[in-house]
Amino acid sequence: MSDARVTREGLEGVRPGREASSDYSTRRPRKGGRRGGRGEQPTVPDADFRSYYGKPVLNKPVWSPQDIAGYLFLGGLAGGSSLLAAAAAVRGEERLARVAKVGAASAGVLSLAALVHDLGKPTRFLHMLRVVKVTSPMNMGSWLLAGYVPTTLVAAACEVTGRLRPVGAAATAGAAVMGPAVASYTAVLIADTAVPAWHDGYREMPFVFVGSGAMAAGGLGLLGSSQRAQGLPRRVAQLGSLAELSSSMLMERRMGMVAEPYKKGRSGALMRVGQVLAVAGNVTALLGRGNRAAGVAAGTTLMLSSAITRFGIFSAGIASAQDPRYTVQPQRERLTNAGRGARADAG
Amino acid sequence: MKLPDRTGWSSLVETTQDPAGGSGYGDHPPRMGFFTDTSVCIGCKACEVACKEWNHVPEDGLDFTGMSYDNTGGLGADSWRHVAFIENRRPVSTVDLGLPAMGPPAGTPGIRPDLPASADEEEGQLQWLMASDVCKHCTHAACLDVCPTGSLFRTEFGTVVVQEDICNGCGYCIPACPYGVIDQRKEDGRAWKCTLCYDRLGEGMEPACAKACPTDSIQFGPLDELRERAQARVEQLHEKGVDVARLYGHDPQDGVGGDGAFFLLLEEPEVYGLPPDPVVTTRDLPDMWRRAGVAAAALVAGMAAAALGGRS
Repeated sequence: MSDARVTREGLEGVRPGREASSDYSTRRPRKGGRRGGRGEQPTVPDADFRSYYGKPVLNKPVWSPQDIAGYLFLGGLAGGSSLLAAAAAVRGEERLARVAKVGAASAGVLSLAALVHDLGKPTRFLHMLRVVKVTSPMNMGSWLLAGYVPTTLVAAACEVTGRLRPVGAAATAGAAVMGPAVASYTAVLIADTAVPAWHDGYREMPFVFVGSGAMAAGGLGLLGSSQRAQGLPRRVAQLGSLAELSSSMLMERRMGMVAEPYKKGRSGALMRVGQVLAVAGNVTALLGRGNRAAGVAAGTTLMLSSAITRFGIFSAGIASAQDPRYTVQPQRERLTNAGRGARADAG
Repeated sequence: MKLPDRTGWSSLVETTQDPAGGSGYGDHPPRMGFFTDTSVCIGCKACEVACKEWNHVPEDGLDFTGMSYDNTGGLGADSWRHVAFIENRRPVSTVDLGLPAMGPPAGTPGIRPDLPASADEEEGQLQWLMASDVCKHCTHAACLDVCPTGSLFRTEFGTVVVQEDICNGCGYCIPACPYGVIDQRKEDGRAWKCTLCYDRLGEGMEPACAKACPTDSIQFGPLDELRERAQARVEQLHEKGVDVARLYGHDPQDGVGGDGAFFLLLEEPEVYGLPPDPVVTTRDLPDMWRRAGVAAAALVAGMAAAALGGRS
């Protein structure tokens, strides 16, 4: 309905419609003045952070921590173990090779189970394989696991039964080739999201993850190997822990305020427990050299450390997605910094 | 005609402004989108209702949030349009629209002269902002990029749509979206979001929300046309003294290559719950893959060092 009247002079009393002004202005109307460029104004960033009723900008991941943090841990354990199995086989440490092969196969199967269990429609798991899509780390990971898990199963089956040794050796080698990819791709999986604590750590995350995976595999080796064969898994765990701890330190330093969830709250506590256990596990392994019980204790501690760190990283991501500060503040800073340089060019 | 790009690699390396063409559509209609001009939004929520009705979006709880008139909360699996209400205080002066006045005529003594003149004079007047939010149908859409099944796809109109018969509920698109748009419907496990009424577009109809909007705050059309119209509108508002008017998501140079659904806002984006400078996460994906490759190689090197170390 319109109140407009048609007169000799044209329409009168037309409502403004689409042309309506906003109710408020910050100054008197200007006559004929023209503003250059876009509507955005070079504002000084607000000292106080602003948001929509404190609600998160992002929708938080719906992944269950057990399934997906568990998946991150198991993927690392499996990938590291496959490589350890090959190294042990080359060195002729048969018991260690067997433990690592069986460990890799079990962790691989469990990780696949966790991934399928987490789907909203588990019966549609195979839809993952209807395309090949490099922009989707989950798609790439599904293809990788589709090749990797059966290979580890063959390697483990040949090892345990003692049959088809050449096939077993080929499968062991194949799993060792795919293993490192399985251990590192999960870092891309979580970093390729808008979740600040995950995405902003994408440079170091793969190193944290392979380090953590090596530490877990070393732990498994210590747990299962004879006391004479502890050297290799111990060194693997040492190198892995070193990589994990140093990379995560670098990551947190570079991320600035977005690293807060890795230091504070529940996720921060998990990270600290993980670090303490990593050190404790390595010290136990070193001091208890040649002692079976010490090996078991150290191995368990190292695997636990890896798992807890993955849960810490997972929950740090959730915490950073749920607080709008971690989304808004870095973006606001980026705009301000870009504004200083770019506005001069544009103007 | 080019074959559809199933690998999605082109979206990593191309900087196209023609997402439909970039996805393999040879001869396709112009890119369609929304321009939501929040300066004329009256907060009626007709868009929310029309969207739910047309798309059979289930009810997701009748809640009282206490957030002004917003009881929807935000976009999600069961809210594809969301009207935000912000009770904002800022120093303002009124523009005379020439509309009939409300309340006592100027100069009349206050109704409650015993009360102080009001906090308004110190804190500024209340500015009630309303804005209807929606999926942005990004030029570089992270949800589409990361979808492992190809359930999310680019339509011939350049919009981004979920095929619900393909989605397996992996949930990857949800944390990938820099705007917090797509989400999982708990009852069925799959991800849902605005389709820009793909079914209506196919019939030459405008989306339900735009159709229902009584003030034309939601405008639907070819994106090129909407961008021109929005530019004219923001200049018009600046002429009238509304300095705070600014466009959001209109710039093809931004971190997502520009939004298919963009906005005219009267405040900073974060005040409406929008990210001030969103970037599609897959922009860094080539670098991520490279680093994962280096890390994998480092793992092999570390293992070799550990294996050789014991021999000496």
